[in-house]
Amino acid sequence: MKLPRFEYASPTTVQEAVALLAASNGTAKPLAGGQSLVPILAFRLAAPSLLVDLRRIAGLDTIAIDDAGVHLGARVRWCDIEADARLATAHPLLAAAVTHVAHYAIRKRGTVGGSLAHADPAAELPGIAIACDAELTLVGPSGRRSVPAEAFFLGPLTTALAPDELITQIRLPPWPSARRWGFQEFARRRGDFALAGVAAFYDLDSAGHAANSHIGVIGVDDRPRRLTAAEAVLNGRTVDANAITATAEMAARIVDPPDDIHGTARYRRALLATLVERALTGAPAKA
Amino acid sequence: MNVAFDINGQPVEVQVEPRTTLADCIRHDLRLTGTHVGCAHGTCGACTVIVDGDAVRSCLILAVQMQHAKIVTVEGISNDDALTPLQAAFRKHFALQCGFCTPGILITAHALLTEEPNASEDRIRDVLSGSICRCTGYIPIVQAVLEARAAYQVQARSAAA
Ligand SMILES: Cc1cc2nc3c(=O)[nH]c(=O)nc-3n(C[C@H](O)[C@H](O)[C@H](O)COP(=O)(O)OP(=O)(O)OC[C@H]3O[C@@H](n4cnc5c(N)ncnc54)[C@H](O)[C@@H]3O)c2cc1C
Ligand code: FES
Ligand code: FES
Repeated sequence: MKLPRFEYASPTTVQEAVALLAASNGTAKPLAGGQSLVPILAFRLAAPSLLVDLRRIAGLDTIAIDDAGVHLGARVRWCDIEADARLATAHPLLAAAVTHVAHYAIRKRGTVGGSLAHADPAAELPGIAIACDAELTLVGPSGRRSVPAEAFFLGPLTTALAPDELITQIRLPPWPSARRWGFQEFARRRGDFALAGVAAFYDLDSAGHAANSHIGVIGVDDRPRRLTAAEAVLNGRTVDANAITATAEMAARIVDPPDDIHGTARYRRALLATLVERALTGAPAKA
Repeated sequence: MNVAFDINGQPVEVQVEPRTTLADCIRHDLRLTGTHVGCAHGTCGACTVIVDGDAVRSCLILAVQMQHAKIVTVEGISNDDALTPLQAAFRKHFALQCGFCTPGILITAHALLTEEPNASEDRIRDVLSGSICRCTGYIPIVQAVLEARAAYQVQARSAAA
């Protein structure tokens, strides 16, 4: 399979890259790890005039942890997240979710920014972004803007990113050490995209009841989403088997999963209930 | 476009279109046909090569991205004198049949064991899950990589000493 013809540029600053994108009138595309874009080109699902490679832009590959949370530069790769021992405490949910992304060789190239921009409904990082109220930083010709994850993902492979904008970083808010959490997904083979996945966490209030619960799901809708009605079932309750079952039942009721060759909607709904149950059942033990 | 990199220790310079993948550049321009192309979209692992120490899919990289890179293909991890520990273990365990997937698996195993000489069986299985083999059923491949691991451990110990 030969890729369609395109031009190639590898600028050294975000400003230069954005200028190249803007000058192309929406026909250029950024290139990060290429682990989603190159297959798309190979299948000729896109024919950009120019690829703007981000590989030489300094400062996009750092992981910073401070009082505002975890900041991941757009070019941070899956293997960089895996190798950063600080994340085991700074954001254990992120660290756990990323272990499920793709395979060894793909993890050496695939990046945070590419995954967010690609917005596969079953991808792990967009799910974490939604579950954790993350904030994305986008830079375009007229400057920088912050977009909450909730407003970024609009549908399958569709986001609020303008054709002349780059994602420069994502920030995950700080993670309290006592937080209870669980990540569960099911894929046919290791490293494949999940049929369904759940990222869940909650804090405990002074009475020992669940508070601030967040349940994010992937693979069961046209985009990653939070299940607020299921969170409402859990909030204010002691997290016991009854509460967990009620939450899982509500989760299965309110999602709208696809019917495709990988699984029926009914199957995905049942699978989701099981994954919610497992994510919440495993949660207290890790605190 | 012109691009210069190192491949198996040799400096090379090639003239390629931006759309040329590294896999096609290695096979067609450099005539190193040990690297195989199965799917050309990232799922099979046959095209895996090592770029700056990392095992990566050469079908998902553009040759023009390789300026100044150090690349190792399956040709670069063998020698003319004798079988390497990895090759010997693959032979002993019948870890290949048609051999189509083998270059990608050898490169992946070599990169993994160089980076993580103490990789557990579970880790090895996890990493090999990125390579598709239609012939062997995988068990002999896992056995071969486990057997070759000892040689990498010895090498890592002597490098540390
Ligand atoms: C076999 C296989 C299995 C996979 N399995 C999984 C999986 O289980 N889970 C998962 O989440 N992913 C999976 N992936 C996808 C992988 O994680 C990709 O790396 C990721 O989705 C895209 O990252 P990238 O850096 O490769 O982006 P690219 O492919 O370079 O780009 C993807 C898109 O993002 C745009 N883009 C890239 N960077 C930016 C930026 N900074 N700003 C704006 N736009 C940008 C590009 O223009 C393009 O449209 C898999 C891929 C393969 C080939
Ligand atoms: S040919 Fe590159 S992964 Fe299949
Ligand atoms: S030996 Fe034939 S595909 Fe692996």
